[in-house]
Amino acid sequence: MDKQTALHLYRVMRTIRRFEQRSTTLFGENKIWGTIHSYAGEEAIAAGVCEHLRDDDWITSTHRGHGHCIAKRAELGKMFAELLGRETGYCRGRGGSMHIADTSKGNLGANGIVGGGIPIATGAALTAKQLGTDQVAVSFFGDGAANQGTFHESLNIAAIWKLPVIYVCENNQYAESFPAKKAFAIEDISVRAAGYGMPGVRVDGRDVAAVYAAASEAIARARKGGGPTLLVCESYRHEGHYYGDPRKYQTKEEIEGWKTAFDPLLDARGWIVRDGLGTEAELDAIDRAVDDEMERAVAWAEAGPPASPLKFPEDIYASY
Amino acid sequence: MPPTRVPSSPAAVLGPAAVQETREMFYAEALNDALRLEMQRDPRVIVLGEDIAEHGGAFQVTAGLLAEFGPDRIRQTPISEIGLVGTAVGAALTGLRPVAELMYIDFSGLAIDQIVNQAAQNRFMFGGQARVPLVVRTQGGSGRGNAAQHSKSLEAWFTHVAGLKVVMPSTPADAKGLLAAAIRDDDPVMFIEHKLLYRTKGAVPTGEHLVPLGRADVKREGTDVTIVTWSRDVLLSLEAAAKLADLGIAAEVVDVRSLVPLDKEKILSSVRKTRRCLVVHEAIKRGGYGAEIAAIVAEEAFDDLDAPPRRLAGVDTPIPYAQPLELGVVPQVADIVKAARELVAG
Ligand SMILES: Cc1ncc(C[n+]2csc(CCOP(=O)(O)OP(=O)(O)O)c2C)c(N)n1
Ligand SMILES: [Mg+2]
Repeated sequence: MDKQTALHLYRVMRTIRRFEQRSTTLFGENKIWGTIHSYAGEEAIAAGVCEHLRDDDWITSTHRGHGHCIAKRAELGKMFAELLGRETGYCRGRGGSMHIADTSKGNLGANGIVGGGIPIATGAALTAKQLGTDQVAVSFFGDGAANQGTFHESLNIAAIWKLPVIYVCENNQYAESFPAKKAFAIEDISVRAAGYGMPGVRVDGRDVAAVYAAASEAIARARKGGGPTLLVCESYRHEGHYYGDPRKYQTKEEIEGWKTAFDPLLDARGWIVRDGLGTEAELDAIDRAVDDEMERAVAWAEAGPPASPLKFPEDIYASY
Repeated sequence: MPPTRVPSSPAAVLGPAAVQETREMFYAEALNDALRLEMQRDPRVIVLGEDIAEHGGAFQVTAGLLAEFGPDRIRQTPISEIGLVGTAVGAALTGLRPVAELMYIDFSGLAIDQIVNQAAQNRFMFGGQARVPLVVRTQGGSGRGNAAQHSKSLEAWFTHVAGLKVVMPSTPADAKGLLAAAIRDDDPVMFIEHKLLYRTKGAVPTGEHLVPLGRADVKREGTDVTIVTWSRDVLLSLEAAAKLADLGIAAEVVDVRSLVPLDKEKILSSVRKTRRCLVVHEAIKRGGYGAEIAAIVAEEAFDDLDAPPRRLAGVDTPIPYAQPLELGVVPQVADIVKAARELVAG
C-alpha cells in the first residue's frame, strides 16, 4: 500500500472515531434526540471498503451508519446538523441518525430495519447492470441482519443475475444483546456464500489493510461483470448497542480486553509506522486536523436553523 | 373522418372529449398494452415478478412481453417476494422505473417492509433527496374459489401508509390509463387489480392513454343516492343502479379509481347533490376504506345529508372456500340495491 492511501485510510478511521465521540458528547448534553449507535471499533470496514468506491457507486447502510456515511465522503457538518434536528441536516431533520442518506454521494441511506438495505443495494446493482455502467453497489449490514430473510433472497437474486454488488457483513459479535456464537450454528458466516454460488471471503475487520485488499478484489470483480461477493469482516463494537446501553450481556473484562486488543486505529498506527508509511508525528498531525475539522463541523451544525415545519404533500410525495 | 389520437397530457385527457380511437380489450389486455407502450417509450421501465416471462404472468398480464423486450427487462424472479420488491425499490432509487408484480395481494405481507418502511418513506426520511418511481402491481378479491390465502381485499392496509399511492381500476380503459400514469409517477404506487376483472371487456383507447391519479370518475349520473365504490364493485354498483332505475331511484355511481390520492371534491359534490351516500367495497367492513370515506362525508357534508352515510362491505371473516359461502361474504348486486333503497327510504 502506498503512503497516501495508508494515511488517508487512517484519516477516515480517525474521523469516524472522533465523530462518534463528539456525537456521544452531544447526546450527553441532551442535544441529540432519539438514539444513536456508535461505530467505534468497526472503522476499518467502512474505510477499507469505501476507499475503492466512486461517488457514483452506491452503498446501503444500517442503524449503525455514521461510519459508512463518513467513509462515503459525506459532509460532517450536515451529518451533525441532522443529528441536531436542523434544517441544514442531510434530511432536514426528518430522518435523524438512523436515516441519514446522501444520494449525491451514492449513499442510499442508513436503515432502521435490520436487513432492510440488503435488497435495496441489490436493486441498485441491477440498475448498473441494466444501464450497462461499471458502477457497483455495496451493502453494509451486521451479523444480526445475516439472519434476516432479505439476506437469503437478495444474495440468491444477485448470484443468479450476476449483479455487481458486494455484501459486507460486519460481524461485531452481537446483534443487540444476542451473541453471534448463539445466533449461528456455523463459526464462519462467509461459508454461506457457497450456498448461493458466489465467493465468500472472511477477513480480520480490525486490519484496514486486509479489508482494503479483500474489497479491492471483490469490487474489481463486480465492476468487470464477475458478479457478487460476500465479504465477512470480523469485528467488535467498542460501545454498547446504543448510547446508554447497560451492556448486561457482556462482562467488564470482555469489553476492556477487546477494546484494546481490537482497535483498528491502534492497529493501523502500528503498521503504518513499522512499514515506514508515516511517522507518529504525521499521524498526530492528522489527529489534530481531524479534531479541528470536527469542531468546525459541530459549530456549523449548531448555528443552523431548526427543521422547518412539515409541508404536505411535498415532504411525502413528489406529486399529489 | 379519421379518428383523432388521444392527447398525451393528463390534463388534455380530461379536457373536451377528443374523438379517441378505441378497441375492445380485456382488462388484462389493457394492462398489457399499458406495460408494452410504457416499455417502448422508456427504456428505464422494467418488470420484475414470478412467472412473468414465458408463462406471461399468473393472469397473463405480461403475456408476449418477454418476446418483445427480452429477459433483462422482463425479469423473472425466484419466489422471493421481499427480495423482488426490495430489488425494485433499490432500482427505483437509482434511476430505473420498475414495475414489481406480486402475484396475489395476500402475499404482500412477505414484502411489506420494503413497501411500507422503505419505498413509502424514503423520500420523507431523506428530506426529499430520494424519488421512488415504483409500481407494485398486484391483484386481490374473491370469487374464484381460491379461499382465504388467495382472495383478500387488502387495500386499506396500504391506504394507511403515508407515502404510498393506492390505485384500483374498474374498467379496461381505466386500467390502461391508470397503469401508464402510475409508471410515470415519481412516487411508489400500489396498483391493485381484481382477479374477476381480467376477463371483462371494454373499449380502450389505442396508443397513449393516461388517466391521472387522484381523479374520481362518475360512471353513472343520478340524483337520489351516491354510490361511492372502486374496483369490481363499480361493475356491481352499475348493475344495481340499472335495477334501481327500474324502481324509480336514480343512483349516481362514483368510481374513486385512486384511493390515495382521493378525489374528495368529486365525492362531496356528488353527495351534496344526491344528499345520500352509500360506500360499497368488497374488503371487510371493519377498518375498511369505506369508513374513511363515510367519515369524510360526515365531517364535510353533514348539513347536506338527508341520512347518515352508510357502508356496505364484506363480512369480517376470512374468505371461505365453498361457493355459496364465498358469495355470501361479499356484497352482491341485490345487496347494493337493498342498501340503496333503504337509504333512500330512510
Ligand atoms: C427488523 C428489525 N428487527 C429488530 C430491530 C431491533 N434492532 C435494532 S439493531 C438490532 C441488532 C442488529 O444486529 P446486527 O445486524 O448485528 O447489527 P449491529 O447492531 O451489531 O451493528 C436489533 C435487534 C430492528 N431495528 N429491525
Ligand atoms: Mg452485530
